Amino acid sequence: MELTRRNAMLMGVSACLVAGLPLQAATTPEEAIAAFTGGAEIGSGDITLTAPEIAENGNTVPIEVASETAVEIMVLALGNPTPPVATFKFGKLAASRAASTRIRLAGTQDVVAIAKLEDGSFVQAAATVKVTIGGCGG
Amino acid sequence: MATGVKPRVKVPKTAAAGETITIKTLISHKMESGQRKDDDGNVIPRSIINRFTCDFNGENVIDVVLEPAISTNPYLEFEAVVPEAGEFVFTWYDDDGSVYDTSKKIAVE
Repeated sequence: MELTRRNAMLMGVSACLVAGLPLQAATTPEEAIAAFTGGAEIGSGDITLTAPEIAENGNTVPIEVASETAVEIMVLALGNPTPPVATFKFGKLAASRAASTRIRLAGTQDVVAIAKLEDGSFVQAAATVKVTIGGCGG
Repeated sequence: MATGVKPRVKVPKTAAAGETITIKTLISHKMESGQRKDDDGNVIPRSIINRFTCDFNGENVIDVVLEPAISTNPYLEFEAVVPEAGEFVFTWYDDDGSVYDTSKKIAVE
């Protein structure tokens, strides 16, 4: 699928529906996703995103992403001022396509992980994290 | 600008050939997100580690792009295969151009 204006808008709208977000809050994540996938369809499947349901402190929220056949995994925090969180690229000697880290969340929001699989398709997983104290010092 | 940056990594000293090991890394860095304001209301400029790589004997294990949403003292945990004895090299790239690296040798039983 080529990234035309129409497709980009459709993607944006559908992603908003999926994430249940208001339209105006979702412009930048869409751009980040489009840059990562090149406009390809995102399915669901071989990816898990482990995040706590409730994070008391948004400054350090432990998350873990894992996928059996991923080449790259991108993590987005849809409600942050800058949604991209990290992109993991796995090399030849990576034993598992999994990594964990700690992230900042500005408030209660959805965290999304999108993986590029070996066959070139994209899959995503999402988790909602409730944040008691925000982590972006705004 | 970042001061007191100290990388720490945890790698087993020995492993069997072909074994999977877990590597934990942490680097002390304030990861200023560029969103915060100081007492006078001026935005504190962004200063983060934007990339991390781990290589074993020249072969890449993982290459991570870090964004401001990564917490202070970025912590990363991942798994690697050890095909032979050698050395893991960990590299962190700072926004200000500094590069921090550390390495750990591993022996094969």
